[in-house]
Amino acid sequence: MQLVAVLMDGIIYSSWLFLAAVGLTLIYGVMKIVNVTHGSFYALGAYAAASLAGAWIAKGYPPMLSYAVLVGAALLVTVVAAPLLERGLLRFMYAKDEVVIMLATYALFLVLEDVIKLIWGVDPYFIAEPYGMMGSFEVGGLTYPTYNLVIVGAALAAAAGIAWVLQKTRVGRLLITVIHDPEVSRAMGVNVDRFFLVTFTCGSALAALAGALTAPTVSVVPGLGVDIIVLSFAVVVIGGLGSLPGAALGAVIVGTVRSVSVHYAPQFELFIIYAVMAAVLAFRPRGLFSAPEARKI
Amino acid sequence: MLRMKALAASLAAAAALVSGVVQAQEPIKVGIVTFLSGPAAGPFGVPARNAAEIMVELLNGEKVPAPYGKKGFGGTPLQMVLIDEAGSTTTQVTEFRNLVQRSNVDLVIGYISSGNCLAIAPVAEELKKLTNFFDCGTPRIFEEASYKYVFRTSPTSTMDSVGAALYLKETKPNLKVVAGLNQNYAWGQDSWGDWERSMQQLFPGVKTATSQMPKLFAGQFGAEISALLTSGADVVHTSFWGGDLEAFILQAAPRGLLKKSTAVLTTGETAMFKLAAQIPDGTVIGARGPFGPFAPDTALNKWFSSTFKDRYNVPPNYAAYQMAQAIMGVKLAWEKAQDAKGGQKPTNEEVAAALENMTWEGPGGIVRMSLGKGHQAVMETAYGQTKVVKGQMTVTNVRRFPAERLNPPDGMKSSDWIANGFKAK
Repeated sequence: MQLVAVLMDGIIYSSWLFLAAVGLTLIYGVMKIVNVTHGSFYALGAYAAASLAGAWIAKGYPPMLSYAVLVGAALLVTVVAAPLLERGLLRFMYAKDEVVIMLATYALFLVLEDVIKLIWGVDPYFIAEPYGMMGSFEVGGLTYPTYNLVIVGAALAAAAGIAWVLQKTRVGRLLITVIHDPEVSRAMGVNVDRFFLVTFTCGSALAALAGALTAPTVSVVPGLGVDIIVLSFAVVVIGGLGSLPGAALGAVIVGTVRSVSVHYAPQFELFIIYAVMAAVLAFRPRGLFSAPEARKI
Repeated sequence: MLRMKALAASLAAAAALVSGVVQAQEPIKVGIVTFLSGPAAGPFGVPARNAAEIMVELLNGEKVPAPYGKKGFGGTPLQMVLIDEAGSTTTQVTEFRNLVQRSNVDLVIGYISSGNCLAIAPVAEELKKLTNFFDCGTPRIFEEASYKYVFRTSPTSTMDSVGAALYLKETKPNLKVVAGLNQNYAWGQDSWGDWERSMQQLFPGVKTATSQMPKLFAGQFGAEISALLTSGADVVHTSFWGGDLEAFILQAAPRGLLKKSTAVLTTGETAMFKLAAQIPDGTVIGARGPFGPFAPDTALNKWFSSTFKDRYNVPPNYAAYQMAQAIMGVKLAWEKAQDAKGGQKPTNEEVAAALENMTWEGPGGIVRMSLGKGHQAVMETAYGQTKVVKGQMTVTNVRRFPAERLNPPDGMKSSDWIANGFKAK
C-alpha cells in the first residue's frame, strides 16, 4: 500500500511542480531572464481565482462552471499584468546583463507583493468547493480527490501544448530561431520584440494557471508566491534552465524524491530537494538537459 | 543680591514647572511589533495589531474597565509605534535597534515568531529596553538564559503540548498509536517534542507511527497526508498555524484523515470558524490558553470580546487576547512602579522590577509571572472538541487544566520535567 502511495504522491506532486515551474523555464529559454515575478503571477492567479470563483459560487451560479472561472481568472490577470510589465519595464532592460534583469524582476516581485496586499489585504481566501465537487477515487486503499487528476491533466496538456507549438508550428520554429540567436532572427525579419512579449505573457500565464489551480487546495495568503519561486528554480536548475524536457525531468525527480522521503525518511524531507539539486549541479553544472553552448567570439 | 537669588529661584521653579507640564503631556511611546504582512499577518498579526489599537485608544480615553481605568499608563497617554515583524531575523534585530535608538520608544511589546523572540531577547538586554513578548511560544527563551528587561506575558508552547496530552488522557484513554505533522522550525519542533514526551509519560507504550516535519509554509501536504493515513494512528497531533493549518485541513478533510484519526489542532481556534464545513465533529481544538471560545465568563472578557467584535465584526482570537493582556500587564506594572516613585515617570528598571512575579487578570483570566525568575507567565489552559450545531461551529467536552499541571517548576527545563514524569527533580 505504501509503495502505491509513494507513486501516487510522486505523480501528483511532480505534476503540480511542473505546472508551477514550466513558465519559468520557457521565459528563460527564450528571453534569458530568470524571472522572479514568476512567483507574483502564481500568487496573482491564486488570488484572482479564489476571488472570482468564490464570488461565482456565492452568487449561486452553476458550481461546475467554477473550473472555467478558475482558468479564466488566471488568464484575465495575466493579460492585464504581463504585457504591462514587459512593455512598461523589461523591454528597456534587454541590453543589460542577465543579473541586472533578474534584480529588476526581483524588485518588481517585491512591488507586486505589496500590490497584492493592497488589493486583497492579508486575510486568507478560500475556494474549497472545486476541490471536493468532483468526488474522489481510491488507489491502494487511500482516497484521493479526483481534482488531483485535473492537476496531472493540466501538466500533461501544458507539456504537450508547448512541445507541439515548438516543433510542429511555424510560430514555434520561428521561436526556436529567436532562442538560438535573437540578433540574426531580427536581421532575417523576425519580430523578436513581439516574440518576447508573447513568451513573457505565456510563461506568466502558466504560472498564474498553476496558482489558480492550486487555490482550491490551499489557503490563499500573503507570501504564497515566495516559496514557489524557490521550488520552481530548484526544478528548472536540475533539468537545465531553458529546457522543457529538463523541467519535466526535474519535476519528476524532485516530486519522486520528496515523496519517498516523506514516506520512508521524513526527517530528511526539508533537505532532500536541495541535496538532489546540489548533487546534479556538482556533476552537471548547467543541469541535466542543458545543451553545450557555443563560445561566441 | 537677594533679588537676583529670588529671581533665579523663581525662574528655576518656573522652568521645573514647565518641564513638568511638558513631561506630563509627552506620551509614552510603545513599540508594537507584529506581522502586518506575510502569511502570519492574517491569523495572528493583524488581530494582534487590532487589539493593540483598541487598547491604546481606549486606555487613552479612560474607557477600559477597572483596574485599567486610569488614562494611558499612570495618567500619561500612550503613543503606538507600529513595526512589521515580517522579514528575516536579522531584519527584526535591526528594526528593534531602530525602535530603541532612533524612535526612542519607552518599551516594546511584540513578536509572534519564536525565532524572532530568541534573537531579540539578548539585544533587548544589551540595550536595557523593557521588552514584553506577547505571543511567541518556545520555552527556550527563559530556560536557556535569564534576563532583566525581557518578559513574556503569555504561556509557553509546553503548556499547549502538555494540555493536549492531558486532554487525550481524559477523553481517549485507550489510544495506542500517534503521529505528528509539525513545521520544521523552533515552534514545530518544540511543540512536537513536548507533546510526544508527554504522551509517552501518560500512555506508557504508546507508539509513534510517524513524525512529519515539512518546511514552514510548504502548502502542499498530499504526501504527508498519505503517510499519516497509512500510519494507522489513533491521533494526529499538529501545531500547524495560519495558511499551513488551513491548507492541511482543506487537503486532509476530503481524504478522510480527520475522520479516520482524531486530529489535535493545538492552534485550531484560529481556523475553526473559517473552515467549519471541513473540520469534522470531534476534532480536538486548542487556543494556546484560555482564549476565544475557552475564555472565562468574566466582566473583563465580556468587555474585551464585545468591544473587539463591535469594532472589527469578528470575535478576537488568541493573538488578540494575548496582545491585550500584554498591554494590561505592563500598564499595571508601570503604575505600580510610578506609585512607588511618588507619581514620577518610572524607569525601565523600576517597571521591570514591578512586573517580576506579578499576578493580574486579563480577558483570558489570571496571569501569573511565575517562571523564568518571574519573567515568564503561566495560565490555565483548556481544550475541547468541535461540534457544528445548527450550522454554527461550537466546542464541547471542554476540559480545563490548572497552570501547575502544565508547566515545570521555576528553574527546571520543560523537557526534563516531562521526562521526569511531570515531577520536580
